[in-house]
Amino acid sequence: MRRARRRDPARTPSGLAGAAPGPAFDITFDGRPVPALPGQSVAAALWAASVLSWRTTRVNGRPRGAFCGIGSCFECLATVNGRPNLRACLLPARPGDAVTTQEGNGHAAPRP
Amino acid sequence: MPHPDPDRAEVAVVGAGPAGLAAAVTAADAGLDVLLIDAADAPGGQYYRAPAPGLGAGRPEALHHGWGTFTALTARLDRHRATGRVRHLTGHQVWAVTRTGEDWTLHALTGPDGGDGAAPRARRLVIATGAVERQLPFPGWTLPGVVGAAGAQAMLKSGLVLPGRRVVVAGSGPLLQAVALSLARAGARVPALVEAAGYGAYARAPLTLAANPGRLAEGVRHRAGLARYGVRMLTHRAVTAVHGTERVEGVTVSRIDRAWRPVPGTGRRIDCDALAVGHGLVPQLDLALGLGCATRTGTDGSAVLEVDARLRTTVPGVWAVGETGGVGGVQLALSEGELAALSVIADARGGRVPARAGTLRRRRRRMRGFAGLMGTVHRPGPAWTGWLDPDTEVCRCEEVTVGAVRTAVAELGAGDTRTAKLLTRAGMGWCQGRTCGFAVRALTAPPDTDAPPDRRPLACPVPLAALARAARDEGE
Repeated sequence: MRRARRRDPARTPSGLAGAAPGPAFDITFDGRPVPALPGQSVAAALWAASVLSWRTTRVNGRPRGAFCGIGSCFECLATVNGRPNLRACLLPARPGDAVTTQEGNGHAAPRP
Repeated sequence: MPHPDPDRAEVAVVGAGPAGLAAAVTAADAGLDVLLIDAADAPGGQYYRAPAPGLGAGRPEALHHGWGTFTALTARLDRHRATGRVRHLTGHQVWAVTRTGEDWTLHALTGPDGGDGAAPRARRLVIATGAVERQLPFPGWTLPGVVGAAGAQAMLKSGLVLPGRRVVVAGSGPLLQAVALSLARAGARVPALVEAAGYGAYARAPLTLAANPGRLAEGVRHRAGLARYGVRMLTHRAVTAVHGTERVEGVTVSRIDRAWRPVPGTGRRIDCDALAVGHGLVPQLDLALGLGCATRTGTDGSAVLEVDARLRTTVPGVWAVGETGGVGGVQLALSEGELAALSVIADARGGRVPARAGTLRRRRRRMRGFAGLMGTVHRPGPAWTGWLDPDTEVCRCEEVTVGAVRTAVAELGAGDTRTAKLLTRAGMGWCQGRTCGFAVRALTAPPDTDAPPDRRPLACPVPLAALARAARDEGE
């Protein structure tokens, strides 16, 4: 019998690696819950939720997210639990982490 | 077993990727006291980057090639760690190496935010710091969804995630085939692999190819895999525009000539929601340059460390292995790690160099030949800057445009990257020019100029407190 060539719709990174992760937990991105798996970086959890951008640039206010994936380019800077300028691609996600879109250098005073 | 001097070793290996691992375990096998120091929490470097333990990957080998070699190395490492012969410092980012009497002092950052430090010492130093991806800018490359090809691979290997469902892979170099295949196997649709060079160029060096049948077989295997997943291979083409406002919606792929100049009217749109792009790898030399190790220009135009047949750099007591001597792949890195360790052992213990060294030297020569060919084939053509728009950002951190750099050159007389940087701030931001350095150099120097490598006193960002602590320790 010839098997039709087709893409397996269930093919995923986790399926490929035979992953049996510990229980998922939530972090939040701008207040909305985003699931994360134990060991995933903040950037990985955001990518898994189709979020590719979590800061705006200082000069032109343009959206940016992870680029080099190994901590060398600094494009993935995020504000996590109020602390700005953390490299999301290196930072392990922890339950309850609140990621907020970082604007500019992240040090602008909150407006009253 | 308590160690006689926990802060000192006979040899320190910086970097626990393939080359560093091979060097560390080979040296330890001969009884040397080894310090293996690495920024990551687990050995493997970028090549053998593994899913985080919490992800419980039952088949990590599915994301890799040659996983058996890696597990054999880590098993040897574990045995040496257990006896204390190898001390493996994980999560230690070395930011500078200085001379302290007869020893090298390795200044490293530790702790979750680099707030702590360590400064172990060693008599001999093996630099195995690997490589980073080379990026060339193009219109739209700052849009979310455009990610490094190696970056996408790293995020997939460690976090089991994809940047999108439909991902175009583009740039130059054999790494792209591995990336496209990984993304496809993990479930992404990869409509095209866009390669700026042409693979026909390899055929002009039949002897080098014949001497490296493993690389040929790998190429054939990759092509077959790509065909199986319906990935179209487009050569002599480049992504010359990205479409979308908030994120990638598609790319324009144009034909380019031998000099990498886009051919007008050849642009074709491919819809996608992510673009994984990279133009090969360049050696990561910050530590070596800080030590004063001499470099030469590799066949791909990037600076590589000058080493002799025993992998000694021009600085006595410092060896360099793997990609730092020119990007050549994992098999070369493994061989060089082992060969350098044999040289270190001879230096520390004297005696005859084992016959094994001769085998490794021949293997190295053969694979260096292939690496040189690879560099020549995929070296960016001098006219690649022809696909830039004046408002394309070249420096992503400081948002400096191509137009600004060209103005600095044409009207303000900037003839080198340093002047361009002072006039425009290109390369002055967070990443310190690690992403844009190659492009800024191409815009400021005449094409094909082999400029000296960037020198940075610190190999990574260092908190002021850590600098102050290091200065205080030096003063003692």
